Amino acid sequence: MTPSYYLLLSAVLFSLGAVGVLVRRNAVVVFMCVELMLNAVNLSLVTFARINGSLDGQVMAFFVMVVAAAEVVVGLAIIMSIFRTRRSASVDDSNLLKY
Amino acid sequence: MSGFFSQAQQLQAPDVAYQAVLPMLLVLGAACVSVLFEAFLPRERRWGWQVALTVVTLAGAAISLIVYGNDAPKAGVKTFSDVLTIDRPTLFLWGTLLLLAFGAVLLIADRSVEPGGAFVAQAAIRPGTLQDRVQAAKVGMQTEVFPLTLFALGGMMVFCAANDLLTMFVALEVLSLPLYLMAGLARRRRLLSQEAAVKYFLLGAFASAFFLYGIALLYGYAGSVKLADIATAAAGTNRSDTLLFAGMGLLVVGLLFKASVGPFHTWTPDVYQGSPTPVTAFMAACTKVAAFGGILRVLMGAFASTNWEWRGVLWGVAIASMAIGAVLGLTQTDVKRMIAYSSVAHAGFLLVGSIALTSKGVSGTLFYLLAYGLTTVATFGIVSLVRDADGEASHLSQWAGLAKRSPIVAGVFTFLLLALAGIPLTSGFVGKFVVFSAALQSGMAPLVVVALVFSAVAAFFYLRVIVLMYFSEPAADGPTVTVPGAFTTMAITIGALATLVLGVFPSFALDWAGAGGFTF
Repeated sequence: MTPSYYLLLSAVLFSLGAVGVLVRRNAVVVFMCVELMLNAVNLSLVTFARINGSLDGQVMAFFVMVVAAAEVVVGLAIIMSIFRTRRSASVDDSNLLKY
Repeated sequence: MSGFFSQAQQLQAPDVAYQAVLPMLLVLGAACVSVLFEAFLPRERRWGWQVALTVVTLAGAAISLIVYGNDAPKAGVKTFSDVLTIDRPTLFLWGTLLLLAFGAVLLIADRSVEPGGAFVAQAAIRPGTLQDRVQAAKVGMQTEVFPLTLFALGGMMVFCAANDLLTMFVALEVLSLPLYLMAGLARRRRLLSQEAAVKYFLLGAFASAFFLYGIALLYGYAGSVKLADIATAAAGTNRSDTLLFAGMGLLVVGLLFKASVGPFHTWTPDVYQGSPTPVTAFMAACTKVAAFGGILRVLMGAFASTNWEWRGVLWGVAIASMAIGAVLGLTQTDVKRMIAYSSVAHAGFLLVGSIALTSKGVSGTLFYLLAYGLTTVATFGIVSLVRDADGEASHLSQWAGLAKRSPIVAGVFTFLLLALAGIPLTSGFVGKFVVFSAALQSGMAPLVVVALVFSAVAAFFYLRVIVLMYFSEPAADGPTVTVPGAFTTMAITIGALATLVLGVFPSFALDWAGAGGFTF
């Protein structure tokens, strides 16, 4: 099995995540789609590490995981605070700032 | 166990040029100390200690930067096994960041304009509840904003010194995550502020995923994420161009988002309007400096040799950015949103300088960043002064006839708007001049003509505000102009004076900006 299938899978997952961010309405689900994009990138980093025969890509995947965890902390805190105010996590309800 | 230690001794720890990175270490170290202050000091004493620590840190970092910069090697220093480069542009960007952060910290620390400060006393309390009305009357503020500011500043300093893409990604997150939180901490209009935070966060996380995928593709292309290795790989191999250009495209989208350029600007007006005004000042001035520092370094370091392939695309982006900023800026009715669109237009002008890819382009862009940042900090300082019972009176109709109520504030604001428009004798004019002449020299005459047209269009909406302030009758129940305390006065004075000095005697700052090029 050639590694390029993994790259293809990673591209598909990344696109799914990107489409999810654009079409889903719940802020938590939007955020999960962003996490899907980050993990798709991890898959391609590890695959490229395999293709290039170096460990750099695998180490980078760990960096990405740590950053993603930090992002979860900040992101859920923000989504929580807006949910407590509005009793809804829908991104369509955040419509006070426009034009 | 002994085998482990003997193996560990064979590892060579990378050399660290401590003197060169001292400003950055000071800022990040102080951020950690500042977190400890939050944990161990009683609530009523935190504000004083945090302000003292932040100001002393910024001053200390600036002094160590000056001491090092005086006899720094012209070629620059690479340190931490080559992931950071401290060269002349880095030193200039660090100096700019420290100066702008100082101005922004003065605005953040101010408690005279809004009694108790622009920040909420306890962000966890739900807006609109009884507890929230009680805390609105309290003097205290959420002092966590100081460690967050320092962490964001530290991230920005790493970001514009980063010589490899992974370091750049980590720095990008270190600078963004605190900013997402700071955007949601306003004392008044908390719903708007929380909405700004959630929008900034979701769009920012989306953009950093693109940035990261770009890094992965470039890693696949070059087998390394060091800028120099990518440049070597791009210079002459038969590797897949798809990986290179797809990777570069995604990477640059992430960077342009942070710099709020052109079609990637959609978060800018909402976040600028919703955030507490001191945070908007910090974000507008410092993030732009860091992001364009990164853009310059990436374009010059990794992609200069393939520039005839991608430059056309960035021409288009620059034109789109100037057009969006100038045209949509005309239609705005809120002063903070108007300045946000002006920042989009300015990002377009800065991109014109960045894609010149010459040493003149670099020094021009650096000077522009310094000039624009100082003007912006002072502008937001003034915006925070015009208030009514409901907080800041940011609707433009409320600014009508301001000159009759407060000639000084209206005069300073007029001067700053003229600087943003690029009128001679202000720093904005010199900045535009050096950037456009660099672009002209590198053969981008059509782009410069377009940029000049859009600066003329943009000048119109600044003039509209000036006309409004001077030639309309003030409304009977119009806003009052608060007399600022020492901190805000100092921030506005520094910004306005620097705008004048850099406009009349720009040569010393231009010399600093042009003292040397990037090292990769």
